[in-house]
Amino acid sequence: MVPESAGFAELLNKARERYPAVFDNLGTAALWVLFAGLLIAALILYTNLFVVGIIFGSIIALGAIGLTLIYGIMKFAHFAHGDMMMLAAYLAFFALTGRIVGEKTEVDLGWSLDRLPGATTQLGPLSFGYGLLLAMLVALIATVALFVALDNVIYRRLRQRGSGIVIFAMVSLGIAIVARSVILILWGPEPRFYVPGIFPAHEFPFGIKLKADQIFIFATVAIVAILVYFLLFRTRIGKAMRATSDNPELARVSGIDTDQVIRWTWAIGGALVAVAGVLLAIQAQLKPELGFAILLPLFAAAILGGIGSPQGALIGAMIVGITQEVSLGIELSIAGRDILPQILPLAPGYKFAVAFVILILILLVRPQGLFGAKA
Amino acid sequence: MKADKFITPAAWALVTVAIVTLPATRSQDLGGVISFLTGFAILVAIFAILALGLNVQWGYTGIFNFGVVAFFMVGAYAAAIITKGPATTEYVRYVGGFGDKLDFIPFLDSEQWLPFLFGTAGAAIVSGALAFVLSIPTLRLREDYLAIATIGIAELLRRIAIEEKGLVNSDRGLIGIPSPLEDLVNPPEYKFIFFGVAVALVILILIALEAGSRSPWGRVLKAIREDETTAAAAGKDIFNFKMQSFVVGAMIMGVGGAAYAYYSRSVSPDAFTHFFGTFLIWAMLIVGGSGNNKGAILGAYIVWGFYSITGLMRAYFADWGLEFLELRMSFLRDFVVGALIVIVLLLRPAGLLPEERRVSLFMQRESKQPTPPGEPESGPTGSRADASPDREKGSGGVAS
Repeated sequence: MVPESAGFAELLNKARERYPAVFDNLGTAALWVLFAGLLIAALILYTNLFVVGIIFGSIIALGAIGLTLIYGIMKFAHFAHGDMMMLAAYLAFFALTGRIVGEKTEVDLGWSLDRLPGATTQLGPLSFGYGLLLAMLVALIATVALFVALDNVIYRRLRQRGSGIVIFAMVSLGIAIVARSVILILWGPEPRFYVPGIFPAHEFPFGIKLKADQIFIFATVAIVAILVYFLLFRTRIGKAMRATSDNPELARVSGIDTDQVIRWTWAIGGALVAVAGVLLAIQAQLKPELGFAILLPLFAAAILGGIGSPQGALIGAMIVGITQEVSLGIELSIAGRDILPQILPLAPGYKFAVAFVILILILLVRPQGLFGAKA
Repeated sequence: MKADKFITPAAWALVTVAIVTLPATRSQDLGGVISFLTGFAILVAIFAILALGLNVQWGYTGIFNFGVVAFFMVGAYAAAIITKGPATTEYVRYVGGFGDKLDFIPFLDSEQWLPFLFGTAGAAIVSGALAFVLSIPTLRLREDYLAIATIGIAELLRRIAIEEKGLVNSDRGLIGIPSPLEDLVNPPEYKFIFFGVAVALVILILIALEAGSRSPWGRVLKAIREDETTAAAAGKDIFNFKMQSFVVGAMIMGVGGAAYAYYSRSVSPDAFTHFFGTFLIWAMLIVGGSGNNKGAILGAYIVWGFYSITGLMRAYFADWGLEFLELRMSFLRDFVVGALIVIVLLLRPAGLLPEERRVSLFMQRESKQPTPPGEPESGPTGSRADASPDREKGSGGVAS
């Protein structure tokens, strides 16, 4: 066996020398086939999980688009992204209910959005009224202001000093800890809901069960994604952002105001974070530790799609979301016998670890991402 | 710059005064105060071990490990299952449990120390092996990708500890972990023995690391940190050296985990959060001064001191009727740790004890000669306050 395998390795090496492009792309092709096969199999065999995965993936997508823009333009891993999502969700909670709730103590502002006439009347089949939409807007404005302010006070000073990406990443981690502890100080560790109660799922063809809120989430993400597309590809600032992401030096010498680009990037990232955070809280609940847990799916989606590529982040998020849902529900069986009965379906605790496995796979095979051109 | 020199002793003194006076003013019992301070010092020593391990990876080599808790946890669990006896009831399930087979030397009370040598060595080996396996896919990546990957590994391992029933008793964790030399004295006095053991461990590791960082090996690591390309051009195998540093740092963290398991006598997945196991250690290293072993120890003292002081303050807030503060103290101190990371990196990126400039013995002898005018004074103790401490490797792509 040994000489044969050695001969095979030699053959492989020769082939690699002769056709380098094929072999460089082999891993990528294998990855594409893997993901495409997985998605198609999931669509056919587990249609419901596939659809639920798309809902979850669309929430991740909003966060990941903001993350990939910040990553692409400022070249650092923004570790505060997940916790900022959660902070925005809690800000919306605060705007809606006017309450700061902790253990034993409860502070209630005299006035809040849910005291507007009819603000809590449910919009059609949805679980919430227009008050939550207003609260989302308030959270959006607050988060955008917060992101721009943080850049002015902290990140700009680091840029002026010429700090390395690692220092940026570490500072963002410090901010993440601060954001999470602010949530814990003001609203306490217990889970919260915008609207308490259980809402029924509606039956659709192909065994799909969805709540009205989940359809709202998907619709919101679709609208926001189209808005972001127009902003990035049809406006002056969007083109400047993409140019800066591709090549900061070239953008600067072509007369693009990179400071303005950076401010816009934070603003757009903040807006996306706010919407994503509120949607996540509608889908799951308000939980302080969710902010850090969502970080891995966000990074997996952004890296999978290629850093700096918003379209890539969107598709990456869908792959991550669907894989996560399906791997928790899938049961591989051939001819009535379970394959890998010990491993699948995964225990629910592994939900966010699935994103990590995808992340390691992509980092090993194609670190520049499925759509990224440069290393 | 006078305030600059003042701030390190001030921080040190503030923590010391507070940690001694706060319990002393509340308790009339001197023994209780001493016991509290000993417990505090033991935890400082354990955190110092972890911070020293991180210093090898980040301070020396610039490896951006955001998964400290993975090695900490693996070390603690490894030490626990090696030193514990086998499970006695069917409700507790875990692998290992070799404790009662490891006292095979029939004299010198070997059950009091021999299993712990095995346990600590086992913790270091398992932690190091984990680092070795992880280094293959991750160390070639850009440093921020490495950080994301290590967070993921830590999360995955924590999940495995919780979800895999029968591996380490799932989320209830392991209790009743024995401690070294515990039968030699009465339980109330045992803390002092453990304190001695922990301090001895810190000193051993410190001596080894100081020697290592002065050696050619340590200089290569720092060369890699400062400029990978130049180090590679000088013929150094970057990946190999980075892996060695990653593994050595992880082994030290594993020893820290083992010490933690022996001291707390119980390990459970709840204890090993990202905040407690990773970011607190990072805060210690950043505050103390990365690249400086003494800085790592000082950082462990100051950050853990601050943590303990805020814990003690709860009782005062309760007395003063500040219920809001009392109930939220544990979140407030997390807030301060996060803010501390940001503020130190913004205002004093080198930390309280900046990295010392190290030159080889040969260069040290050379520098004894009068330095030519205009040349900066270079010596082993010359502080590097003026040098930019940030790692300027930002633009690097995926290193291969």
